[in-house]
Amino acid sequence: MTRIWMFGDDVDTDQILPGRYAPYMTSEAELSKYPFIEARPEFAGQVVRGDVIVAGKNFGCGSSREYAPRALYMVGLGAVIAPSFSRIFYRNALNLGLPLFEADLTDQVSDGDEAVLILDRFELLVGDRCIALPAPAPWVREVWENGGILAYYARYGRFPVGERTCHTTSA
Amino acid sequence: MTHQTMAEQILSHAVGHPVTPGELVIVDVDCCMSHDSLTPEVIGVLRDILHVERIHDPSRVAVIMDHVAPAATVATANAQVLVREWVAEQGITSFYDVGCGVCHQVMIEEDLVEPGQIALGTDSHATSYGSVGAFGTGVGTRDMALALASGQIWLRVPTTILVRVSGRFNPGVSPKDLSLYLCGLLGLDGATYEAVEFHGLDWLPLDGRETLASMTTELGAKVGLVPPFGPAAAHLNVPEWLHVDEEAIYSRIIDIDLATLEPQVSIPPEVDHVRLASELGDVAVNQVFIGTCTNGRLTDLRAAADILRGQHVAAGVRLLVIPASHRILQDAIAEGVLQDLLAAGATIGTPGCGPCIGRHMGVIGAGEVCLSTANRNFRGRMGDPEGLIYLSSPETAAASALTGRITDPRTLRGGE
Repeated sequence: MTRIWMFGDDVDTDQILPGRYAPYMTSEAELSKYPFIEARPEFAGQVVRGDVIVAGKNFGCGSSREYAPRALYMVGLGAVIAPSFSRIFYRNALNLGLPLFEADLTDQVSDGDEAVLILDRFELLVGDRCIALPAPAPWVREVWENGGILAYYARYGRFPVGERTCHTTSA
Repeated sequence: MTHQTMAEQILSHAVGHPVTPGELVIVDVDCCMSHDSLTPEVIGVLRDILHVERIHDPSRVAVIMDHVAPAATVATANAQVLVREWVAEQGITSFYDVGCGVCHQVMIEEDLVEPGQIALGTDSHATSYGSVGAFGTGVGTRDMALALASGQIWLRVPTTILVRVSGRFNPGVSPKDLSLYLCGLLGLDGATYEAVEFHGLDWLPLDGRETLASMTTELGAKVGLVPPFGPAAAHLNVPEWLHVDEEAIYSRIIDIDLATLEPQVSIPPEVDHVRLASELGDVAVNQVFIGTCTNGRLTDLRAAADILRGQHVAAGVRLLVIPASHRILQDAIAEGVLQDLLAAGATIGTPGCGPCIGRHMGVIGAGEVCLSTANRNFRGRMGDPEGLIYLSSPETAAASALTGRITDPRTLRGGE
């Protein structure tokens, strides 16, 4: 069963993946062992494919290190849902194909709640509740569906084009 | 002609039509900076996923070894071997090996980035390039790999926060205090996605401009622009279309009289937890670190030396000074600044990032307190997660090294 992991405001990249555990310092193969290794040491061992992080504002602030969202992607995280994201983290996650939703669910769910993300319907099922998530812009969805920016670029030979639909979204 | 912020002017020039905030644009990249920490990943993406044998334009690329330099472990040494081989294979001539300095400082010192350009770095403090009027922004591995492969990137045109400065810094107060004040005022996400543009600083030397531009990333900003005008910019090649436009639409205007600014300290574990140094109370320090892309320049070392000259750091305090570049180190030696610092008990490190990201050359242990002139104090950033990082100006750092406690530098100067 998949679950929700709750985090607070301003979760920085030094919490998500400390620089001392970067692939440069260890190895790419080890990266999946280290997300939240100091901030929440049980996370990496217990997270299962499809789990969802629900956090407060400004998730992913700090460094440009792509290995922070990449570690979350590697452990199979389904999505991060937060009211806002730091801009480099947003780009890196989008480029990897890790879904981010801009929504504040911090008052609606709790840490450890069983939850199922239905990505193609933008829904989060929590107990008997169905929480609608904001639909991403069509081009964002295209990047997700292609498995990230590299596959997207290889397929279309260009970067995504389109309008931003959400004011707070960063890029 | 439409009125535009500097960020809008630069992106408009790049795409060939007047852009508006919110618009997605695809632009040619004028220069790409990649450092030793992320270049191995970029090489992996280029070779193994994109299958790119030759990058788009090696003349627009700089590779700089600063994050773990010299190599501290076998893993980093081997990664650096890979980087050096790839740099040679691609014909990248702007390669700066161990000891040249922090990437952003080298980019500006070596004139690798110019006003009006679009510059990417695999580092969030690539906003530093705004100190010479360039659209400098940080990106991750995949963005950099695609920029190297294609010569382009996609960007959303940001809105702009205007910081309108008047007055001058009082003695003991410097640009870092302005940056920390803004962090306290706006918060860690106060400029998320936005540009920050500073007006009223034509008098400010380049070193201080770099501090201000660099630190805008701690507000979440995409770029931090100091208009490239005044004496400090006289050597720069400013394109005729780039100008300051007071009539442009700014999302927010912040007015600051520098004469009212006092020494600021950011307390752990977040940069926007800012207090006045004079109101901090009694905070003993184990280590004081003066350096990094934020505050490791000659102006900063001079300011520290002026406070430390003829005195010695407090017993039990380690003062670590790491010049931001080889050139700064040489200049500090020539001026006698380095001798003053050494005589006061400082330890000097190899120009580069030092312990800022907790990898080598002065990481802190559990229960230790470090006062740092760097840019971030997140939990665990400089070493053990039970260590504490405070942030300040070089002046406050030097004063604190003398007393062993976080100290308002004005209290050492006869109440100036």
